[in-house]
Amino acid sequence: MENYHDEDEDEPVELEDEQKVSHAKWFLQNAPSEEMNHVAKDVREVLRNDRLYELAAAEAFQEYNLKEMISMEMPNGTGQVIVSRYGEIDAYHYLDPRTAQVAVVDHVKQICVSVRPATDEELPSDYVEHYRSSVDTELLKYVEEAYPRGSCSVYCTSGKDYFANDGEFELTAVISTASFSPKNFRGGRWRSVWTIQLNPNDDSVNIKGHIQIYAHYFEEGNVQLSTSYECTESTVFQEPHEIGVSIVSTIRQYESDYVAAIEDKYNTLSDTTFKELRRKLPVTRTQFSWDNALQLSLSREAARQVAFNQRAYSRNRVDEA
Amino acid sequence: MEAAMDLMRRMPPVEAEHALQSLVQLLPHHSQDLLSRVDQPLKVAKDVEVNKEFLLCDYNRDGDSYRSPWTSAYYPPLEDGAQPSEDLRRMEVEANSVFSIYRDQYYEGGISSVYMWETESGDGFAACFLIKKDGSSSADGRRGLLQHGLWDAIHVIEVGEESEGEAHYCLTSTVMLALTSVDKSSGKFSLSGSITRQMESTMEVVNGHMTNMGKMIEEMESKLRNGLDQVYFGKTKEVVSTLREPLGMLTASSFTGQAIQSSIISDMLSRR
Repeated sequence: MENYHDEDEDEPVELEDEQKVSHAKWFLQNAPSEEMNHVAKDVREVLRNDRLYELAAAEAFQEYNLKEMISMEMPNGTGQVIVSRYGEIDAYHYLDPRTAQVAVVDHVKQICVSVRPATDEELPSDYVEHYRSSVDTELLKYVEEAYPRGSCSVYCTSGKDYFANDGEFELTAVISTASFSPKNFRGGRWRSVWTIQLNPNDDSVNIKGHIQIYAHYFEEGNVQLSTSYECTESTVFQEPHEIGVSIVSTIRQYESDYVAAIEDKYNTLSDTTFKELRRKLPVTRTQFSWDNALQLSLSREAARQVAFNQRAYSRNRVDEA
Repeated sequence: MEAAMDLMRRMPPVEAEHALQSLVQLLPHHSQDLLSRVDQPLKVAKDVEVNKEFLLCDYNRDGDSYRSPWTSAYYPPLEDGAQPSEDLRRMEVEANSVFSIYRDQYYEGGISSVYMWETESGDGFAACFLIKKDGSSSADGRRGLLQHGLWDAIHVIEVGEESEGEAHYCLTSTVMLALTSVDKSSGKFSLSGSITRQMESTMEVVNGHMTNMGKMIEEMESKLRNGLDQVYFGKTKEVVSTLREPLGMLTASSFTGQAIQSSIISDMLSRR
């Protein structure tokens, strides 16, 4: 902070374009969930240079959309596609495994421009697809029940070319949902990613979950919640028609337990956690007594003064002697 | 400037310093305005003479040096740094010692500093009361519940000229906080935020300004703490429940509950 103090005396130094773009990118990337458009408008105003803004936006929006795993409506009415790195073909093309389509997206406008059918190379083998779609079907049921506006997708993230019962493959299940209500000054996003390793050789399934919640409340203030939770679980390998139910019930169990744990966390916040920062009442359990404290500090001061005078007095006496 | 202030309201509160620095660089002509309108977490320095820490803000700064409330000396040393009048300094010394007791009773640790200065207009004066508490388990957290926990409170109070035994007080307070806990069942859980509020009052000056200012600050701090606790944290909790329904818990206000309600109503209507 000390560095800025002289700026009213010296003519401020203009930043290089490159630095301006990097500052702009930082703001865009840190935009709260669903508030990207507000932040973008502010950044454009602060920059006062549309060319630089567009440079920053081109990179920042893409990273933001991927990180947030936003979903976009596909134009042919076949549902939503989630923009995630698990379905990323290149910077502008994202696979929607459920409809076997590839969505072409405009990151800055945050819309899906068009779709095309996925090629065979982009899709998993029939063998893997049986398992994938079984998990997807169950996941969809669960998400419709638990997430009022949720999207989900199940990708084959490794071993998609296996044609028979001979190798392990990996599925990644993604759930993403956001809510934003500017008139209530609040917004947030839920993201969960479940990496499922299926190993038919030793009949094992290893599941790894990562859940992140973000919430923002900003009426006359700025308060944000950010959480991150990881877990692992394993189960047995099953036939495609059974595996979806078993995997999704694990996911459902962990996510429900986690939400309950967060609820508990909030319930104990006021009396325990928050107390670490500031107590509701003083240690004396009554409001602070300003008059007494003042007296106390004055009498301490007086005592110090007396002690000082006494020391001075006895020093003088020593000197005299 | 409005866009810049809006950005500050949207960026993660834990990144407030970074955000402000970026804005100051992007808008050099507004740097003074930005720095005075946006509160930042307080920095700490040490008064080596009395071996006590003190807090830094714009009100105890002269050039690149900061005045210690304990000895009124500047760090780094400054020959002719601004000093409050003798009367004001006496009140400042008293305020620091009383406010330390207050801080200890509510915060169980932490650092506090009080600075006073003459205002440009009239015979009043102004004071700022600062508190910083590190509630991490590695610092002053008594219960070991927080991996990271910071509370910064900035109270700036303007005191008008005393007339007929009364004075007018105008208090502007900001609290910034960040807390992170980590445990097995809920993982990493972080809440951070900042809120600013104002309060005005005209009071009799029978027991001196310090008692009046202290009572106002105490009331304000309780309001801010409750507001954060009940309103702000509560609202973020509500956001979580709008994202995901607690399963197996049907309530009249829940998504599923409302869906059932409306289907029952339409059912009843169609039967008529």
